[in-house]
Amino acid sequence: MESFKLALRNALRHRLRTGLTVLGLVVAILAFGLLQTVIDAWYAGAEGASNTRLITRNSISLVFTLPITYRDKIRRVPGVTGVSMANWFGGVYITEKNFFPQFAVDPKTYFELYPEFLVPPEQMKEFLRDRKGAIVGRKLAREYGFKVGDVVPLRGTIYPGTWSFVVRGIYDGAEKSTDTSQLFFHWDYLNESAKRTMPKRGDSTGVYVVRIASPDQAAEVAQAIDREFRNSLAETLTETEKAFQLGFVAMTEALVVAIRIVSFLVIFIILAVMANTMAMTARERTSEYATLKALGFGPGFLGRLIFGESLVIAAVGGAVGIALTFPVANAFAAKMGTLFPVFNVSPETIWMQVAAAIVVGCAAAIVPAVRAGRVRIAEGLRAIG
Amino acid sequence: MKIPLSYIVRNLWTRKLTTSLTAGGMALVVFVFATVLMLEEGLRATLVQTGLWDNAVVIRRSSGTEVQSVIDRKQAAVIASAPEVAYGADGEPMVSKEVVVLINLDKRGSTKPSNVVIRGVGPKGLALRPQVKLVEGRMFRPGSSEIVAGRAIAQRFTGAGLNETLRFGGREWTVVGLFDAGGSGFDSEIWGDADQMMQAFRRNAYSVAVVELASADRFPAFRERLEDDPRLTVEAKRETVFYAEQSELLANFIRILGLTLSVIFSFGAIIGAMITMYAAVSNRTAEIGTLRALGFPRGSILTAFLLESLFLSLLGGVIGLLLASLMRFVSVSTMNWQSFAEIAFRFSLTPQIVMQSLAFAAIMGLLGGVLPAARAARLKIVDALRAA
Repeated sequence: MESFKLALRNALRHRLRTGLTVLGLVVAILAFGLLQTVIDAWYAGAEGASNTRLITRNSISLVFTLPITYRDKIRRVPGVTGVSMANWFGGVYITEKNFFPQFAVDPKTYFELYPEFLVPPEQMKEFLRDRKGAIVGRKLAREYGFKVGDVVPLRGTIYPGTWSFVVRGIYDGAEKSTDTSQLFFHWDYLNESAKRTMPKRGDSTGVYVVRIASPDQAAEVAQAIDREFRNSLAETLTETEKAFQLGFVAMTEALVVAIRIVSFLVIFIILAVMANTMAMTARERTSEYATLKALGFGPGFLGRLIFGESLVIAAVGGAVGIALTFPVANAFAAKMGTLFPVFNVSPETIWMQVAAAIVVGCAAAIVPAVRAGRVRIAEGLRAIG
Repeated sequence: MKIPLSYIVRNLWTRKLTTSLTAGGMALVVFVFATVLMLEEGLRATLVQTGLWDNAVVIRRSSGTEVQSVIDRKQAAVIASAPEVAYGADGEPMVSKEVVVLINLDKRGSTKPSNVVIRGVGPKGLALRPQVKLVEGRMFRPGSSEIVAGRAIAQRFTGAGLNETLRFGGREWTVVGLFDAGGSGFDSEIWGDADQMMQAFRRNAYSVAVVELASADRFPAFRERLEDDPRLTVEAKRETVFYAEQSELLANFIRILGLTLSVIFSFGAIIGAMITMYAAVSNRTAEIGTLRALGFPRGSILTAFLLESLFLSLLGGVIGLLLASLMRFVSVSTMNWQSFAEIAFRFSLTPQIVMQSLAFAAIMGLLGGVLPAARAARLKIVDALRAA
């Protein structure tokens, strides 16, 4: 206890230096937390995926579509309890910068398969009635100020022309990890127009969403679906929704890896700063340590003193850094808009921040503690900083 | 009267641990800063090299990417007949009508699929891109199920090596040649015969038309002609511009993320330098007093400490750059968000990046050193001498 008090007082001896070190720690821990959260956001789509949903797509790649006739065939596969479809629209809202996903879906079945998209019943009814209607996510609505009844014009990149949709409903996410930055509209509307302008593109959809009774059947049902269409004009590839989403993440894995490496680099940078502070402190106090030794205190006591001081500084810096992570993450999420549909600071991130602060505090004290332990009394007393 | 440089250098040398820790922190910051710039530069170089200034790419209006574009045979014929188009030695227009699709291929040693660009090219496809050279095997024979693969693809994807086969579009395709596109985006593509691709993928339209212009300055006339033609709903872009735009989103993301991080990290490094320099000043108070008593003016003291901080940061900067230069041997591949296709590129270090990184390090050193140096310069001789 005495040594702790002494460590605390030691930490406050050089106010400016301790203050600067704490500031550096705050920045580093904050940056580390934000980077970890960015990585989490990358995986958010996969995290929010259900185990009882499969995605069936064209085996060549997502660029190729599947005929609409597959729908009934998939429904007849044993183990399948529901089928819906979604088609990537890829429209541009005013300018390319305003990116958000838009899907042409089968309105009745799609929302049955995605119970986490909560739409008020009366809005749902309105949406089903209006062929040019659309349902948008809460986050998207907030970002662009969409209200029920607003008209959203989209310039098609895959389907040429300007398309107008009337917002008929706004959905909320059942959980924090639910993506509420999407826009859904009637597949029929897309199909009718597509058939008129480019007949070859009609009567097809990008993916089928398949619901199965239990997650154990996923592999079996997926194989059964793919077997059904083998050697047809459009062979399929069926995988769980999670695998499908992770496939997207894997394509940009290099970036995720880079961010991960950088997030650990920041810890090393702050470790260098912190270790420097402790090294200088110990160096200046060489004669003091010699005095303590002369009084009969052992190397263990000196070690406790140095570790205590280092950990106190690291703890204060870490605590402030963690506390700041939440408001900064919220501000960052607001700024990024719909680029990161889900941006939440996870409990794991907090634990990693705590661990990082402790590791930095301990590691910074090692060399000075060893040195102080080895100081010879006669030399130490003679030392000048 | 100036304080000799050797005094400054020896001060850094005496406190080796502190110097190396501070410089080490700076080195890491400079490393991050430099690698981000190198990555962005590498991406830019890859995509800019992909195009030629006197080539033009014609895609369907507002489709944005080659994969989303559709140009039917009639439109392609109209484009090919434009008078601005160059003619080859055989009297044919220098136009390649191409089919561009994405297919999923597995990376070697994993089952994670990536999107790879398959480009069905016309007879003039190779002639339009002089940077693409066949390095192994031979070119595909028109009208056959043969393909040639870029070197970056052949290394990384299962079945894309020489004499291996790939299955897509309901057929087996044999890789009969490998080409080197000089580090451009074509290195991440697979090429075959356009008509065969159309059959395999059951399409009756091309994706893009790539043309060589008779002279580069006729591009505005060419663009105007296509845009005014009521039979066409297309837009024309210079090939260099087209590919640079394809990477805009990714390049911006890398730059914004990287620079934000560099600024945050540099904050930490500046604090590190400041701590070191403040300590140096307080340790040497008596020394500073002696120097002043010997007749060195305040300005010299200020300069000496600033220079010390500057040396410290430049040392870190040089180490960081050396570390970063090792990254040149690393190749990165990721999905380009705009074209959804896999693209491979390298970190590229240019003299400009070296200068920028060193300047960045110097600024960090000066910012970290200015307050402590000012404190040192303000010390009164009497007080300083008494501090010993």
